[in-house]
Amino acid sequence: MVEALFNLFGGEGEFLYFVAMVAAVLAVVLPLLLAVAFSVYFDRKIWAAVQMRRGPNVVGPFGLLQSFADGLKLFLKETIIPAGANKIIFLMAPMITFVLALISWAVIPFDADMAIADLNVGILYILAISSLGVYGIIMSGWASNSRYAFLGALRSAAQMVSYEVSIGFVLVCVLIAVGSLNLNDIVEAQAGSVLNWHIWPFLPIYVIFFISALAETNRPPFDLPEAEAELVAGYQVEYSSMAFALFFLGEYANILLMSAVMAILFLGGWHAPLPVLEFIPGWIWFLGKIGFGFFLFAMVKAFVPRYRYDQLMRLGWKVFLPLSLFFVVFYAAIFVYGGLLPTNG
Amino acid sequence: MDISIPDMVFYLFASITVASGVLVISARNPVHSVLWLILAFFSAAGLFVLMGAEFLAMLLVVVYVGAVAVLFLFVVMMLDINFSELRQGMLQHLPLGGLIGFVLLGELIALSVAWTFGDDVAKNAASPTPTDPAVTNTEALGQLLYTDYIFIFQTAGLILLVAMIGAIVLTLRDRPGVRKQNIGAQVNRRPEEAFDLVDVESGKGVSLPSKKG
Repeated sequence: MVEALFNLFGGEGEFLYFVAMVAAVLAVVLPLLLAVAFSVYFDRKIWAAVQMRRGPNVVGPFGLLQSFADGLKLFLKETIIPAGANKIIFLMAPMITFVLALISWAVIPFDADMAIADLNVGILYILAISSLGVYGIIMSGWASNSRYAFLGALRSAAQMVSYEVSIGFVLVCVLIAVGSLNLNDIVEAQAGSVLNWHIWPFLPIYVIFFISALAETNRPPFDLPEAEAELVAGYQVEYSSMAFALFFLGEYANILLMSAVMAILFLGGWHAPLPVLEFIPGWIWFLGKIGFGFFLFAMVKAFVPRYRYDQLMRLGWKVFLPLSLFFVVFYAAIFVYGGLLPTNG
Repeated sequence: MDISIPDMVFYLFASITVASGVLVISARNPVHSVLWLILAFFSAAGLFVLMGAEFLAMLLVVVYVGAVAVLFLFVVMMLDINFSELRQGMLQHLPLGGLIGFVLLGELIALSVAWTFGDDVAKNAASPTPTDPAVTNTEALGQLLYTDYIFIFQTAGLILLVAMIGAIVLTLRDRPGVRKQNIGAQVNRRPEEAFDLVDVESGKGVSLPSKKG
């Protein structure tokens, strides 16, 4: 993507390359922030529809501008820093959350050769960055100097570390089939038609990945770090104004990222479901698949009641860990003894 | 001055690593120390990337920054230790600590002078940084680890497993009187065994039947 823009601009000189890179970053980040704003709206609409309410419908046509109105409201509010807070860390935490939510998108391929960076270890990069996400939460909880916030932060630390383990094992299963850590290769391995998508052979681990992604992004039913019924708002309790908005944006950007990762790993990335439909550009298919993933996230929020904390831990360590470990052995055995291993290495 | 961009980035990462390493031991607040330690890990990962070892860099971030340091931070935040009090005896212990450091440094120097590689090792040491651009760093590492060093690699894994089991055995205690949730029993409960429907005549009341199962 950077190379294409570089050639478009003339293709000479280090400065132009830098400009091309900035342009590529903006071309991903600006639509992403717009998408985050609208995904908040869609989340609320879906949630409302399940509960037979109208949802936001006042600001703009069909309430489409509701998120922008909310953003403006937060922007105009006063930033309150608690007297007992550790000021620097308190202000750094939302920034870290927000930045980490954005930088993962650097490796997401929206179409063939349409990613800011095409890393050889792309999937590990995403795993690494998403495992850093816990710092925004744990730092905010500690720096707020508040019991509720601190409890929320501790919960979230334990929760995210637990579910990362099963996410890691799920990735291993897919990587056995692909033979590469590169996101482009993972998508190309599913080329052809809908029958080649990984969701069919890997359906059970797709489910495990989806549920772990819910826990990893602190979404209901695993939103214990911010469980309002018991912890008021968890780690966000002392935050107001833009600091809160950054947490909020980061959370939704992470949900979209997890939807994108699911689309890449299991739903064929930018490939059309049928060869006949290839005339539609790949990035439209990819955005559609992200939308599908987000729809699942929103529906789960509407359907499932919140887990209790010990149930969450039990599910992570006693159910998902052995199950995903079993599937690693199972798929590895099938691929090795079935002679299905990829032959690129 | 002829400094390329990779050089500049190297000096940036290297100085951040060293500076945050110093701040780990000099920060007054233990939580700040851990946060500086995380920054040190992170910039070390940056150094790995500069060396072309992107797989190691990502593993460093996933394992150390993403898991080990989180638990570290977790523990330090929970502990209520007055670290400034611990630090008061520092000048007193400085000679002993300095002596140990000095001995370690001497041993390392002696080792680096006297160390000789086996015949294969020199070849193996070069292979994780492949010259062939078609072979990725990840693949080269895997080919080395699972061939020449398979037994050492497996032994390392076994040692970690033993350490993990040991930690569990040491901390596991059987506390009497703790009621645990039996999810299987709860899910298998049927309405028939859970409640009775009783027709109560007005004015008579009802005596509770003895509790079932």
